[in-house]
Amino acid sequence: MSQPTSRRDLLKAAAIGAVAIAPGLTLIAPAAARPLGTGASAANRWGLLIDTSKCDAGCTACVDACKTEMGLTGHDRPLTDSQYIRKVDVTDPASGHRHSLPVMCQHCAKPPCVDVCPTGASMKRADGIVLVDRHICIGCRYCMMACPYKARSFIHEDQSGQKPDNPRGKGCVESCTLCAHRIDAGGQPACVESCAKDGRAAMLFGDLNDPNSEISRRVSTEATSRIRADLGVEPAIRYQGI
Amino acid sequence: MKRVQYLAIPAWTPGWMMVMAALAVIIAIAGGAVLYMEHQGHWVTGMTNQVVWGMPHVFAIFLIVAASGALNVASIGSVFGREPYQPLGRLSALMAMALLAGGLGVLVLDLGRPDRLVVAITHFNVKSIFAWNVILYSGFFAVVGFYLWAMIDWRMKRAYKPAAITAFLWRLILTTGTGSIFGFLLARDAYNAAVMAPLFIAMSFAFGLALFILFILGATTALNRPLSMELVRRKGRLLGLFVAANLYFVAIQHVTALYMADRVAVETFLLLQGGLYTALFWGGQVLLGALVPLILVFRPNASRCRVRAASVLVVLGGIAQIYVILIGGQAFPLTLFPGMEVSSSFQDGLVAAYAPTAAEILLGLGGFALALLIAVIGASALRILPASLGDGDEATAEIILAEGDPVAAP
Amino acid sequence: MNMLRAVMLALLLGLAFVASPVATAQAGEAGPSFPKAQGSCVDDPATMRRHHFDFLTHQRDDTLRAGIRGAKYSLKECVTCHASTAANGKPVPVNAPGQFCQSCHAYAAVTIDCFSCHATTPQTAEAKP
Repeated sequence: MSQPTSRRDLLKAAAIGAVAIAPGLTLIAPAAARPLGTGASAANRWGLLIDTSKCDAGCTACVDACKTEMGLTGHDRPLTDSQYIRKVDVTDPASGHRHSLPVMCQHCAKPPCVDVCPTGASMKRADGIVLVDRHICIGCRYCMMACPYKARSFIHEDQSGQKPDNPRGKGCVESCTLCAHRIDAGGQPACVESCAKDGRAAMLFGDLNDPNSEISRRVSTEATSRIRADLGVEPAIRYQGI
Repeated sequence: MKRVQYLAIPAWTPGWMMVMAALAVIIAIAGGAVLYMEHQGHWVTGMTNQVVWGMPHVFAIFLIVAASGALNVASIGSVFGREPYQPLGRLSALMAMALLAGGLGVLVLDLGRPDRLVVAITHFNVKSIFAWNVILYSGFFAVVGFYLWAMIDWRMKRAYKPAAITAFLWRLILTTGTGSIFGFLLARDAYNAAVMAPLFIAMSFAFGLALFILFILGATTALNRPLSMELVRRKGRLLGLFVAANLYFVAIQHVTALYMADRVAVETFLLLQGGLYTALFWGGQVLLGALVPLILVFRPNASRCRVRAASVLVVLGGIAQIYVILIGGQAFPLTLFPGMEVSSSFQDGLVAAYAPTAAEILLGLGGFALALLIAVIGASALRILPASLGDGDEATAEIILAEGDPVAAP
Repeated sequence: MNMLRAVMLALLLGLAFVASPVATAQAGEAGPSFPKAQGSCVDDPATMRRHHFDFLTHQRDDTLRAGIRGAKYSLKECVTCHASTAANGKPVPVNAPGQFCQSCHAYAAVTIDCFSCHATTPQTAEAKP
């Protein structure tokens, strides 16, 4: 059985090879950069697997990295400052068991925010990444009412010093983009990268549609769950230990 | 059938000028509040990432809901053929449009990007109930406008009945759409229920009629036109019926939720431990907004003053009701992990605090003023108000007095 | 009444006629001035001048909604080339007075909506708080 080897496969093999020859590094299989000029494809379904047993309550590496990457400088106003990702500490009142986990946009397959948006500014890319098209967002905030995960923020004041990769301005709604700009360039989200570097590598990024990806293999062999799976919105962010 | 004479409100009289000037001042102040909020950004309001819809939305929803309710008087007269209501049909349609304009004005000016309003028309998401409401609201002006025309112009007599039925169905669908804004929110424990749509329809009946009664009472007093006490009582009893219907759906809403184990928490919050929201629910919405008005209007021989008081209370109770639904529902935290206690830097697990700022309230009041301004201008430009709503000779005498000429129509 | 209106209209038209050559003459002499960028643009300047907003509007949808990267007309690339550097080595925002975007837009009296959200300085230069 010989199949034509694509450039993508080659790159993937190279990446796995790189991991193999560098022991000690977390096993991550980065996606190849999409060739310039081609769009996001439904062949991919980008997602995360977060192992909460490796997530320490005091650690905010992912949150800090997100703020730096996305230019979320804030105004020291916790009620109105944007947060794409936050650490939630969960306690079971019956047993006292505690754990901590990051919560961000869950990039649902059936996103309520997209359903309710009057203009179609809330949208899902072909590869499952949920974004706000701030060119046509009118700032009605209905998506914030609809989101089950409280993942969205409204920009409450004028902004300056934005990152070129994350344009953001007053009067629009915003949320985690899963670092679409990094994914399109073949990278992985900033939170995942910093968790591997400064945390305990609790976060794994990958393509849930690719049966050979590390995330797919783990999801198919280990028990995973999603926040509020009962709502049926099918998030792309999976958790272990919640 | 008694011939009904309609007379425009005489414009440019000192009293008229004073009312207009007062309304214009309120609208100007509201405009200033909008400029302030839009220039600074929403951080100067009480609204946050937890309570994303605030006081402007309370006023906007009240006005929009009341708008469709104000049309009821016309519908009862023309769709259901109740003669005593027919003379008020024109005013009913005008008030419906005026209230909707006031409500939409508030809603639109609170958008994060009101400058992009045109996008709401050029980009349309068919799955969004909000987008459908854009069509329902703008269509309401067209449908009710045509209905008003059919009522005023005798040459349009053939269109009168179809227009009336269309307008009636349209307002039912419109309020269903408004209620469904909340009914369709799957994640919010306080909303997500089919009863939201009929609840909002019952609310619209009550709030719209209350505002209508207040306008009629005010206008007949100001213009010194007779008003039959029987008509006032009849309207009062109808208002009582609508208030009872509203109360019924409120009861259904909460009892159903109390029956679901996972909603007991949010119900406990709203009905028992919610502080301001609990007080507004029991004291504002139920006691002052429903029970007291019911007693006032159903007492035999209710006086004009009692009906007025009942209407005022229904309006205030209505604002309290929407405040509890809208703000109370958002203040209660989203459940991400059922059965667990949560905390985070993003207010997870905490009851959100919301305190409306003056700018938000001023914007909302501006919506009321805009609605009233449109109603008065409309009734001054067109023959909207009957010359008399009195009984028998009193009515004819009044027409002669008003027109200076006997009603010598062929 | 109609006579009066006709006279007013004639006066207005006449005024416009007299005023227009003056405006054209001013344009020929003064025009907006701004720092020139290094290298060459992705398209010829005349086309860019006339159609840049169409290009950008079209491509923004491709990039954001379809995820197509690396196409010809990128606002990020515009800023990369056209932001000038101040004496202290810091990049000057393209929408600052007298800079590339602003000078022309001020001249044409057209507001720019881009930079309420988009970065006004190139990627490489880290904005220090």
